[in-house]
Order: sequence, then structure tokens, then C-alpha cells
Amino acid sequence: MTLTIDGVYKQFGRFPALTGVSLEVRDGEFLSLLGPSGSGKTTLLRVLAGLDKPDHGWVYLDGVDFLALSARERRIGLVFQQYALFRHMTAARNIAFGLEVRPRAARPSRTEIAARVEQLLALVQIEGLGARYPAQLSGGQRQRVAVARALAVEPRLLLLDEPFGALDTKVRKELRGELRRIHDATGVTTILVTHDQEEAMALADRVVLMNHGRIEQIGAPAELDAAPASPFVFTFLGETNRLPCEVAAGVARFEGFTAPVICPAHPADGRAVALFRPEDTRLDAGPKADGLPARVADIRGRGPVRSIACQVLGGQRLVAEVAEVAAERFEIGQRVHLTVRRVVLDTNGAGRRGASVEPATAPVRLTA
Amino acid sequence: MVALATPRVAGGVAPRRRPWREPSVLPGFAGALGFTLLYVGLIILLPLAALAARPWEHGLQGVLDAILKPRTLAALRLSFGAALLAAFVNVAMGLLIAWVLGRYRFPGRRIVDALVDLPFALPTAVAGIALATLYGPNGWIGAALARGGVKVAFTPTGVFVALLAVGLPFVVRAVQPVLDDLDASLEEAAQTLGANPVQTFARVILPALAPALITGFALAFARGAGEYGSVIFIAGNMPGVSEIAPLVIVTRLEQYDYAGAASVGLAMLAISLLALVAVNAVQVAMSRRGGR
Amino acid sequence: MSSPSVGARRVAGPVPGILLAVALGWLALVIGAPLATVLAQALSKGVGAFLATFSEPDALAAIRLTLLVAAIAVPLNAAFGLAAAWSIAKFEFRGKTLLLTLIDLPLSLSPVVAGLVWVLLFGARGWFGPWLEGAGIKVIFAVPGIVLGTILVTVPLIARELIPLMAEQGADEELAAITLGAGGWTVFRRVTLPNVRWALLHGVLLCNARAMGEFGAVSVVSGHIRGLTETLPLHVEALYNDYDFVGAFAAATLLAGLAVVTLAAKTVLERAIR
Repeated sequence: MTLTIDGVYKQFGRFPALTGVSLEVRDGEFLSLLGPSGSGKTTLLRVLAGLDKPDHGWVYLDGVDFLALSARERRIGLVFQQYALFRHMTAARNIAFGLEVRPRAARPSRTEIAARVEQLLALVQIEGLGARYPAQLSGGQRQRVAVARALAVEPRLLLLDEPFGALDTKVRKELRGELRRIHDATGVTTILVTHDQEEAMALADRVVLMNHGRIEQIGAPAELDAAPASPFVFTFLGETNRLPCEVAAGVARFEGFTAPVICPAHPADGRAVALFRPEDTRLDAGPKADGLPARVADIRGRGPVRSIACQVLGGQRLVAEVAEVAAERFEIGQRVHLTVRRVVLDTNGAGRRGASVEPATAPVRLTA
Repeated sequence: MVALATPRVAGGVAPRRRPWREPSVLPGFAGALGFTLLYVGLIILLPLAALAARPWEHGLQGVLDAILKPRTLAALRLSFGAALLAAFVNVAMGLLIAWVLGRYRFPGRRIVDALVDLPFALPTAVAGIALATLYGPNGWIGAALARGGVKVAFTPTGVFVALLAVGLPFVVRAVQPVLDDLDASLEEAAQTLGANPVQTFARVILPALAPALITGFALAFARGAGEYGSVIFIAGNMPGVSEIAPLVIVTRLEQYDYAGAASVGLAMLAISLLALVAVNAVQVAMSRRGGR
Repeated sequence: MSSPSVGARRVAGPVPGILLAVALGWLALVIGAPLATVLAQALSKGVGAFLATFSEPDALAAIRLTLLVAAIAVPLNAAFGLAAAWSIAKFEFRGKTLLLTLIDLPLSLSPVVAGLVWVLLFGARGWFGPWLEGAGIKVIFAVPGIVLGTILVTVPLIARELIPLMAEQGADEELAAITLGAGGWTVFRRVTLPNVRWALLHGVLLCNARAMGEFGAVSVVSGHIRGLTETLPLHVEALYNDYDFVGAFAAATLLAGLAVVTLAAKTVLERAIR
């Protein structure tokens, strides 16, 4: 199975939801559509599900025109944001629905359906809850029923629209692992829509990062981390610090240190604003060390990593993430020198427009 | 195709005329809407078109003559005046009943709650003959009032009394859900800030209930002004004194004065709709102020 | 909505006691007393006289006509309610607010006006009156007029139950059913209808009670021909005007019984919905 999305456009009134999206989905992969709200990710999912028709463009499934098929004929499994379980049916009847509504000739027998339902209940690990109604299930259990219902029709494609949005953090993490396990067990090609970068990066084989109806970057999570294609990608995927710099020959020059520019590939020389991650920021307590002079303002966090907020001379606050053991060497008020491992240049102010960026599980914020 | 689409990207968003309906993959829209429009057209629009068109057979003067006749004016004044007064009483008593039903537990509460809807379900003619008997000279209440020299049945007061039952459920049912949903922490906050129960009620609860009370008032008023069955038996129907507006219509129709009947009918509908529009405007203004 | 509401408390202290007494007293006066009057008057000459009312052929004809009118008006309004709710609640289109306003309009109509409009259309001097007369079709002072008057008065009742509920439920369940391969009719029958069945029944009950009890609109279009165009409420009026009070109140008892049964069923239903 190969899904080819080619040049898809979709506009709602004056709002351009998709502006030329092309993408190849590989057989059996777990793909995540990631982006802020309004980036077009849900529209793309609905186009694939047949709930929205694109204005232009093509979608092929194994070379067959997918857009010519109605939602009913596509045989995809769709898990809705609020699950859309049939509230008047038990979990088991929900799961059986897609099989029961098949035309008589294609419909499995009652016993086959019952067996399939049991099998699916076991797959999503809610054996014994088949007789419950949705209202009698917890949020996590409802999501499992929704996944099982989508899988019952043996879909060619499993689509999930923000399936973890309605759940609390702990259940969310647990179900994430579950979803990946179910994907690996069934081998069904899966597309997950989410605005949560941690979720996308933790789950997916490849992440499609979208913004303003366009694809910003496609790649494995590690690729996105190592080589962000744009400042938007960089800021969306994690916390960033900002600091002015002078660029020359692909190197950003700061007071007391320099750092390689990883994006854009061929930066123009001159003044610029550098973006860099707390985990790429190093602090040195030695009196003779290189780097930007700063003073430790705050130390926060727990577990293996500490966030250390530093005040530089210009008054800016920068955050460094430091291993717990190393953090013990610092105390509030102490003078340090700060260096950075790599930077991204903020070429279009994307770092500031981060208002739409909402990393749901960000490390402790210090830049209050 | 791609080439066709590219200018749209380059030129930003090409403003497109919004289609009259959003596309949906759900089937049956055309059929369902078609049937709905046909039904609305035949059952509601066509008759209302007749009501709107028929009064003008003798021109504007004809309409004015029909409505401004002293007998008609008196009937309109009685129907709408009694409905207005009754609606005020309904708001007060409806609020009290909704409060008691919502806040107090007492035996038989569910039955009482169900009985509030009786005026919705009870045929108006049944209520009409019952009220006429009850308040008549030999009725349980009528006889007692007569000893005190008060006459209710077959007077304009009778119209008002009959409308007290008609409008009550509208107010109770409008207030109840709002009262149930009222955040208990609002009252608790007022109390912790030192408000006594009367202050809490007047300054916290009443403003929250005001939109629902106004809705109930409007519904009770509109329904009461047009009421026929509950009123006709107790009203007395003396032209110019205790004759209600719907009866004027009936009388005109019996004389085959279609234009006159339609004039009065159109005037009644217009007054009711104007009242509803005014109430809507008040509510919009209030919701702006309340930021809801 | 759980039934013990916020801040609910037992009656304690003088103020709640007084409020409760006033509220219950008012309800007894305004609703209880008329209801009791109906029963007392109906049985004032004994059970025999009460029952004798229902052996009159005119009374039986009135009951039959009332049932017939409701049997036509209620299903039509139910079909309309479902169609209107399906198109308004599940789809987005322009003019929706106007349509909703039109559907609500009969609620602000005096019942007498709801009868009048049909006379204006189909009466002897109505728009289509002469044409109908030529074709030999009688609408006004006949059963079709009674049905039309009843439909106009009750048209919003079922639609208004269904539209808000279906709008609140949204279309996700239907869309889910479609992606699972269900066809349009299957979606409606197996997903939409079960989700609104209690509200539909609720609306049908109310609509039925109003249809069987309608007086003003029917009074204008009926012509009051005993045994032919008299519905039960009109029969009540006729008996009352003939000073047959036992008969009038006996027939009224039947209608009041219908109202009480409707309320009981409605209360049970509302608890089922919750």
C-alpha cells in the first residue's frame, strides 16, 4: 500500500487550509501530521477520510484515484477527536458496526463478527468491557473502543485526529505506548494528527510538520531535531532562547563565543537573531572560561535535568538545561560564562510568532 | 492542474464567493430540506401570506376602519392588557415556584413539578369551562367572592384570572434550567463577602435569572394575548367590555367579513411579534452588558 | 443534569416554609382547583350520568374524529420535525436562522388566527374557495380544515424538541458510521434515530395532547356540525352551551385524563432521558 498525496489545495471561504500539499506515505509506517491549530493538518486528514473534498490536487492509493471514492467506499479507519462512539450502543456493538452494515453478501456471520469483536477487545486490552455503554467507560477506555471500531473493518489506513486531546497527562502517555504497540501488531499504515510535538516525536516513524497549510518539513524525529528546515520547525519542536548575533561565513558570532549555524544552510552575513535550545546551552563556572558573561538567576526542576536561568549583561534571561550532577556546581548569584553548541537564525521572526506554538509538555518555563 | 493552482498561492487567497451551503458527506440534505421547505411553505408561509394580503382589500382605510372601531380597540386592549398584567403576576409566581421546586425537598415535589405543565397539556376548552364554573356564582371560589361583593366570572377580571394559569408554565420552565445551572459558588462567594440572604438574592441570583424571566414573560404574554379557549367561557363576551380580540375575529368571520377578520388577526400577530422583537432587543442588550 | 440541584435543601425555618406554602397554594388555586372542578362536576350526578355521556352517538363521533385528526396531524408533524432537524442540525447553509424563525412563528399565533388563515385560503370567499367549490372539495367546515388548523397550531412542537438535541449531538457519529461503510438510510435508522428516540417520543406526546385538545383553530374551521365536524373539545363546548354540564364535564374529564396521562408519560420519559 502506498498513499500518494499530490498538490492538494483546500480553501474554506477566505481561509486557505491547504496550499499545495504533496506527500508520500509508505506502507506500514506510522506518520504524524504535526502543527499548530489552523496549520491544515486536520483538513488533510479529513480529505484522506473523504469528509472534505479538496479544491485541487490528487490522492492515489496504490495508483488508484482515492478521491473518486466516497468516504463510505474508502475503507479507512478514522478515530475522531471526541471518538464519536455511538452512545446508544455497547462497546461491542460499536466495534461490530462496520461489519454489520456491510451488504449481506460481504457480511461475516454473526459468530464471525462476535469472534472478531472479542479479538479486537483483546487487542486494545479492554476484554470484559464489551457490554458497557460509552457513558460507562473512562476516557482512555473510550479511545480504545474507538481504535478497535476503526480497526474492525480492516482498514487500509488508520487515521487518528488528536486522539489524546481529551485525556489527562498520565493516561495520555500510557495510551501513546498502546497505540504504537497496536500499530506494530497490526502493521496498518497509521496517520496521527496532533499539535503536541512531544507526542508526534515519541510515536511516529516520520513527522510531517505543517504550518499555514503547507508542509514545513518531513523527516524522522531525529532528522527534524538535527537539521530543522526552518526557524518555525526549530521553535515549534522545543523551547528556544533568543540572542542577537553577527553572522559571517556560516558562523554566528556572539560576545565571547561563536556557534555554527545549522539553519538556514547558507546564511547571509550581517546582523541576525539566533535561536538555540536550553539543552544546547552550556555554562562554565571557571573564572577564565570563554563565553558570554552571565549571572545565575534561578535554578529549577527535578529529576535528571535542571533548568538554570541566567541573566546576561544586556538584561536578557537565557535558560540552560544542565544535568543534575553538573547543576550542583552552580548557585544563584554566581558568575558564569555561557556558550552555545549550535544555533538557528530567526530569518522571518518565526520565533516571535510563537504565540500559536503550544508545546503541551514543555520543560519548566523560567522566562517568566 | 498544478499550474492552474499555482497563481492562487502566488496571489495569496483568492476571495471566493461563499457557497450557500457547506459541503458535507452526510446524505439526504436535498430531500430533507426540500420536504422541510415544502411543508413550511404550505403550512406556515401560504396561510400567513393570506393573512398578510387579505386585509388590504379595501385599502389602508379599510384596515384602519376594521382595527380602530371602538369595539375592536376595546377587545385588543382587553386581550393584550390582561395578558400583560397576567404575565407580570406569572413572572413573580413562576419565579417563586421554580425556586421552591429547585431549592427545597418536600414530599410530592415530583408530582407538583409535573403538574406545572398541566396548562400546556390540558385542552383550553376544558380549562375554560372549569374556570367559568369555579368562578361562577355557584362555583367554589365564585360563591365565596360573591359574598364579598367581588365578581370575577363574565367580567374583564375573569380574562385576567384565566390567563394566570395559561402563562405560568412558560415562566417556570424558562427559569428552572437556569436556576439549576446557577453556580453555587456564586451564592457562596456573596455570602463570604458579607451579603445577607436578601442581598444575595437581589444582587446575585436575580440578575442571573433575568434573561430567563424575560423570556418567560414574553412567552406568557404572547400566548395569553391570543388565548381563546380558556378565556371565552369566563369572559362574558360583552362587546366593548369583556370581549376578547380573538372573539372579534370569530364574529367578523361569521359575517363573512374576511378582510375585517384578517385585519384584526394581522394586528394581533404584529403586536405579538413586536413584543417578541422588543424582548429580544432587551436580552441582547443585557447579554452585552453581562459579557455572555 | 443530576436531579438534586445545586444548593438543594430541606425545608427548615420560617422563610422557606412560607415560600413553600405560597407556591403550593398558588398552584392549588390556579391549576388544582380547575382540575378538581372538572372531576366534581362530571361526577355531580353520579357515575351513571357520567358514563351515559359516552354512549351518545355524537360523543362517540367526536372521539372518533379527534383520534382521526391526531392520527393525521401528529405523524405529519413528526416527519416534518425529523426532516427539519436533519437538515438544520446536521448541515450548514445560509438562511437557517430565517427558517428557524418561520418554524417558531406559529407559537406566537393566536389559535383563532391559525384557524382564520385557512378560511382566508379555502373558505367560501377565500383565495381557493370558489375553485374548490367548483371541484366539489370541501375543506372549511369539514375534516380537511380541522386537520390543517390542528397541524398549523402544533407544527413546531416536535421540530423544537429535535433540532436543539440533534444540533448538540453534532454529526460526528453519523460521519463515523459513514467511514465504517454505512449507507445513508442505515446511518439514519441505526445512529440518528436511536439517539433522538426519547426526544421524538416526548415531542410526539406533547404534539398529540395539543392536537387532540385544540379548540380555537378548530372552532373557526369546523362549522360545528354535530356528529360530523365536532371534535371532542368542540363537543365539550356544545354540551356546555346546552347547559348539559354533566355531559360537558364528563367529556372534559376524558380530555383532562389525556392531559394527565401525557404529563405522567412525559415525566417518566424525562427521567429516562437523563
